[in-house]
Order: sequence, then C-alpha cells, then structure tokens
Amino acid sequence: MSKLATFQRGVHPEEAKGLSAHCPIIKAALPKRVVIPLSQHTGAPANPVVAIGDSVKKYQVIGAQQGFVSAPVHASISGKVIAIADFPHPSGRVIPSVVIESDGLDEGLALKETPDYLNLSADEIKTLIKDAGIVGLGGAAFPTNVKLSPPKEKQIDYVILNGAECEPYLTADYRLMLEHPLEIINGLKLLMKAVGVTKGYIGIENNKPDAVEKMRDAASGEPDIEVITLEVKYPQGAEKMLIKAITGREIPSRGLPMDVGVVVQNVGTAFAAYEALRYGKPLIERAVTVTGRGIKEPKNFLVRIGTLMSELIEQCGGFTDEVVKVIMGGPMMGFAQGSLSVPVVKGTSGILILTEDDYISSDEYFACIRCGSCIDICPMGLNPSMLSILSEKGHYEETKEYNLFDCFECGSCAYVCPSNRPMVQFFRLAKSMVKP
Amino acid sequence: MAGEKKEHELIVSVSPHVKGEETVSRIMWSVSLALLPAFLMSLYYFGPGALFVTALCVITSVLAEYLYQKALEKKITVSDGSSFLTGLLLGMNLPPSLPFYIPIAGSFMAVVITKQLFGGLGYNIFNPALIGRAFLLITWPKAMTIWKEPTAIFVALDAKTTATPLGILKEEGIGKLLEAFGDKSNLYMQLLLGNRAGSVGETSVVALLLGAAFLLYRRYITWHIPLSFLGTVALIAWVFGGKGAFFTGDPVIHLLSGGLILGAFFMATDYVTCPSIRKGQIIFGIGCGAVTMLIRLKGGYPEGVMFAILIMNCFAPLIDRAVKTVPFGTVKK
Repeated sequence: MSKLATFQRGVHPEEAKGLSAHCPIIKAALPKRVVIPLSQHTGAPANPVVAIGDSVKKYQVIGAQQGFVSAPVHASISGKVIAIADFPHPSGRVIPSVVIESDGLDEGLALKETPDYLNLSADEIKTLIKDAGIVGLGGAAFPTNVKLSPPKEKQIDYVILNGAECEPYLTADYRLMLEHPLEIINGLKLLMKAVGVTKGYIGIENNKPDAVEKMRDAASGEPDIEVITLEVKYPQGAEKMLIKAITGREIPSRGLPMDVGVVVQNVGTAFAAYEALRYGKPLIERAVTVTGRGIKEPKNFLVRIGTLMSELIEQCGGFTDEVVKVIMGGPMMGFAQGSLSVPVVKGTSGILILTEDDYISSDEYFACIRCGSCIDICPMGLNPSMLSILSEKGHYEETKEYNLFDCFECGSCAYVCPSNRPMVQFFRLAKSMVKP
Repeated sequence: MAGEKKEHELIVSVSPHVKGEETVSRIMWSVSLALLPAFLMSLYYFGPGALFVTALCVITSVLAEYLYQKALEKKITVSDGSSFLTGLLLGMNLPPSLPFYIPIAGSFMAVVITKQLFGGLGYNIFNPALIGRAFLLITWPKAMTIWKEPTAIFVALDAKTTATPLGILKEEGIGKLLEAFGDKSNLYMQLLLGNRAGSVGETSVVALLLGAAFLLYRRYITWHIPLSFLGTVALIAWVFGGKGAFFTGDPVIHLLSGGLILGAFFMATDYVTCPSIRKGQIIFGIGCGAVTMLIRLKGGYPEGVMFAILIMNCFAPLIDRAVKTVPFGTVKK
C-alpha cells in the first residue's frame, strides 16, 4: 500500500475512540424542551419569525436568514414557543434563542421530496441547502451554501469531504460513514455538482479502516470519487492540513480553500445535504458522540438541535463520580462548559466528559524553557514558544511579526508543552489586543 | 438529575483539555539519569574524590535554590530537578580532587547568580553549570587544573597528578601523547573508556554516548547541536590541527578528549540557553565547534568547550530572531 497522505508536523494524542466507536447511532429521546440559538453559524444571526405563545411544528422556520453569510434555523420539535431570550450557548456566550416546549407529538410539516434529486441543477441545490439551514457540521458552522458559491474568478477543481475526525474521542462522523456511506456519496455528488467540479475526495484517518472500506465500496461505481487514507495525526482534519495531505496544495497565509481551488465539507454536512435534497428535510438533528471516562455509557446519538446537554447525559446513565470537565466538542479544540443547561447546536460534534485521570494538568504553569517541542510540531510552521512569550509580556504588536493570525488554535503546542503553558489562551489574548 | 449537583465544580478553561505526558521535571530527571553511566565510570577511575566533588555540587545547588526561593518567598521549585541537574553537571565538569569550598562556591555561582538572579529556570542567559565552572577556573586556576591520574577504584587514594591528554597535546605535542599511551589505537581505546585524566564526567566517551543515545531516543535532544558541534570540531582539527601542513590533523583525538562529548550532548543542548529553532541550532553548534577549536589550537587554555558554549549562549536569542520558522502557506518566490 502506498504511503499515507498527511501534512508536516502535528501531534498524536491518545485516540480514545474505543469508548464509543462500537455504538451505533441511536435516536436520542424526544426532548421535553429545546433551546434553539438564533446564531449557530458563522455570520449574521437569524431573525426570529415566531412569537412567544405560538404553536410550531417540527421543520418550521423559526429564525429567518439575514443577509448572505447567515442561515435560517428551524424548529426541531413540535410544541409551543415559551421564550425568546438570551440563553447560554456552548461557545460560552449568551445568544438570543427560541425556547420550545414539546407537546410530545413530534408533528412535522409535510416535506417536499425530490425522487430524482440527482438531476437538480447547481442553483437549485444551493437554494435548497440554504433553505434547509445547512452549515458546516465539523464545528466551524460556516453556512454551506456560501462555501458552495465561490466568486466567479476562483476556479474550483475539487470538493473534499472531511472524514478525518482527527479529534480524539469523537466517533459521530465515523459511525455516520459506517451506517450511511451511500447517502454521504450521494451528498458529495450533489455538492460537486453545486460547485461544478468533476473530482471529489473523501479523506479518512487510517484508524478507521472499516469506514474507509465502507466508503470505498459505496464509491465503487463512481470513478470521479476517490477515498484517501490519511495518517492518524492531529490536526489532520483541519482544512489546510487536509487539503495539503490530499492535493499537495498549500493555502497561502490567511487564505481560503478556494484560493487553491478546493471546497471542503464535513461528511456530516454531505449527509445533511443529501437529506435536505432528497427528502426536503431541514437541519433539525445531527449525530453527536457523548463519551469520555466520566460518563457511564458512552453513546452516539442522533440529537435534535436545541436538546440540552443534561438530557443526553442522563440518557447515558449519568456521570461517574470523578468528573472534572464537560466539553462540547473534542478534547483539543472543544469548549469547556460551566453549565449542563446548554443546548446541542448545529456545530456540536460531541460531548466529552473528562475525569480527574484524563485531566492531568493543573492550572499551574511555568516559564517557557524554550525546549522547541512546540516549534517542532506546529502544523502551521509557527514559533508558538516566541508567540507565547511575547503575549505573556504584553508585546502584542510584535506577535504579528511571528504570524500570530496564521494560528488556528489547534492546541498542539499546549498539548506538548512541558511547562504546561496555556498557549491558546496567550494567543487569543494577543489576537484580541491587536488588529490583524 | 444525574450530575447536576456537580455543576458548580466543573472546571472551565481554554482548550486543549488533554495534555501530553512531558513535564519539565520529567525531562530534568531523565537528563540526570542519562549522566549516570558516565558518573559511574568516573567513580571507577577516580574513586571517592569524584563522589565527594559531585555530591557537594548537587547538595549545594539544591540547597542554594531552596534557600534563595525561601528567603525571597518565591515558589519552591527544587522538585523540578533543574538545580539537581545543574549541580550534577557542574560536579562532572570539575577535577575529581578539590577542597570542599570550591564546589560549594561554584554551585552558588551557578544556581543563585547565573540562574535565580536572572529570573530562574527559563530566564537565564548562560548555562549555569558552565558559568560556575568558568568562575572557579578564574578564581582558583591552580586547583582547577590539577588532574588526578585515573586508577582503578580504591586502589590508590593518593594517586599522582598528571596532565590531561589535551594538556599534553597542547604543551608537548602529539608525539609525547602517543608515548604516554603507547600507540594510537590504545590512546583511542583509553579515551573511549575514560581511563585518562580529566574532569569527573568528561572521561568515558562510551558511557557519555550511552546516555546521549537515551536522550536522542526519547527526543529530549536532537542531533542538530551535537552533530554540527562535533562535525565542526572534527573538520577544523583535520584541516588545521596538524603540525606544519594542512589536512594532517587527527580529528579523532580532538573528538574523544576533553569535555567535548559531555559539552556537545549535555551542555550545549541546554534548552534555555541554546536556540530553539532547529536550523538555528545548527548555526549554534557550528559556532561552538569553531570557538572550541580556536581555543584548543590558538588559545591559552588546552580546552575550549566551556568558553565556546558560553560565548555561543550570548548569541542564542539573536539566532532565534534571525532564523525564523517558515509558516505554512508562505508563498514561495
């Protein structure tokens, strides 16, 4: 077998996917109540189009798209709107949200199916994806329709599906690829058609050989779709790294995938696109891994958007005793939560519960001893050691000379740092103090 | 509801939420461990003197750091192993027979003056152990250059003194050195084993390389500094080290003698005082090698490793600023 596709440097944290990898995606219990933030995507928040007291049905638009870079939000259950107010969001901020109390009926609007969906035109695909409220499900939640509409002068050659799932612990994308390979392939075909390219790739890390095989089988009749096996290395699934690994193309500093002729979408996004185009189904649920040594029974769920974390934790048998951290997302880039009453949003790939044993580090950190470990592994080829020292000393302006804004906060440097320095925190601080 | 009672105890901090297993103390103790084989060899050749000098350095270094931090109400960091390692390295850089106050003075100089007064671990400009040794060499030049003749352990506690191989090479030439050891292959063999006069830790090349291999394997050090350092020494020794003609020098003698192996693998690679970018480390290593050979061939001292590393320490921050990393996505011109 040929050498695995990969990028330079990077780290290899404990994968820990075994906790939930064998668990099929099951439907989470119908939530009693959902909190649906009007902003679950990059760009302008949606505009609420329901009022307190309104009865809503599943799939009904409750927040309308505002502007081009934005996305609508839909009711994920049927019931009554009981509040429209600021609520805690997994990002740590409070965001205007629509709260729906379930009527227990789960009644949905009639959906318009398209049996010959593969014959939809590029414009029809983009419009339907936009109206379904589909955003990048890998975590960044960028409106998919916008990504599919690059400016005319940008020549796009490939659509790449991201099945790397390089974050430790998470297995939602993996299960999706095992359980819905054909749907994902069809989703990819639609995405390719939307951007007008003939070549598609799916990148999957080598620790998921069965997913690679399933996807290869599903793509066997598609000469234009190639499944690429990637080396198991973090952050293999970062857009820039993935494009480099698969095409050898390097996105210029501060550039976008379209600058090198590529559009990247998550496998979950392709699946959602398929469902939206084939069945007319808006994005009201997604696959979420609930895992970690701090949860009694790790599981992969299909979760209604807006379901509170506490409900999912309960459905997994609750915490084991020594829980110290609850994270929305993966352990490398996820957000630690101070409350269990935050909702699953479109960008939520997992809920990770860490125990004392996983969380070996304390908050105590030491001076940089300049061992160079972080320089050796920074996937962006930066000098994290220098950046952290400059930020620590308040020399924020100087951080720009060291390409601070190329950093996408993957956390690899903090992972290897023997002095336990809060690298990402230093970088965020510096980024907030200077203009790019 | 399950878990809700614990909500207020949840830790909220910036990602990442998992960490690799390397810590400063693990690195420091590993480097100390890597020095053990060489230390055992010097116990074999130099007996209790080596133990006495090294133990004094270690104890004084750790105690000095503790007392300094206690007196200034700073956090006590002696358990990170860095002052232990500094003491160990200083001891291994001293002759094996010294009056007790010399190792104590050197350790104080290393830990308090060179490290703590500059802000502690991570902030010092110079390698603490080497400043300690340089201070002693200048303050007690005579005592610091009395070299005990190696003997098998405990055989002769009052062993004679002698010159180091580099000392003989400098003062009396290669002929005399070969005479002292019989022939060239025996000279190489004795240098490798450590059966020669010198500092506590700079004797057995084999034992030092064993420790170095461990550090390379664990990736605590990389090849960049040692290889460029040793390579430069070998090259200059070969080109300029001969008598009369170019390209007639013996690089092997220069590589195996003095403090070069100890310096190249254990001292020049000190994280805090060397460049942190690999390309810069090659420049640093070449500089160390060039200054070492300048002193060995043209200077007043037979050995130049210590001053070479200290001089290059000054350049480390400069090198780190001059040799930048190449960020991903840099447009090639």
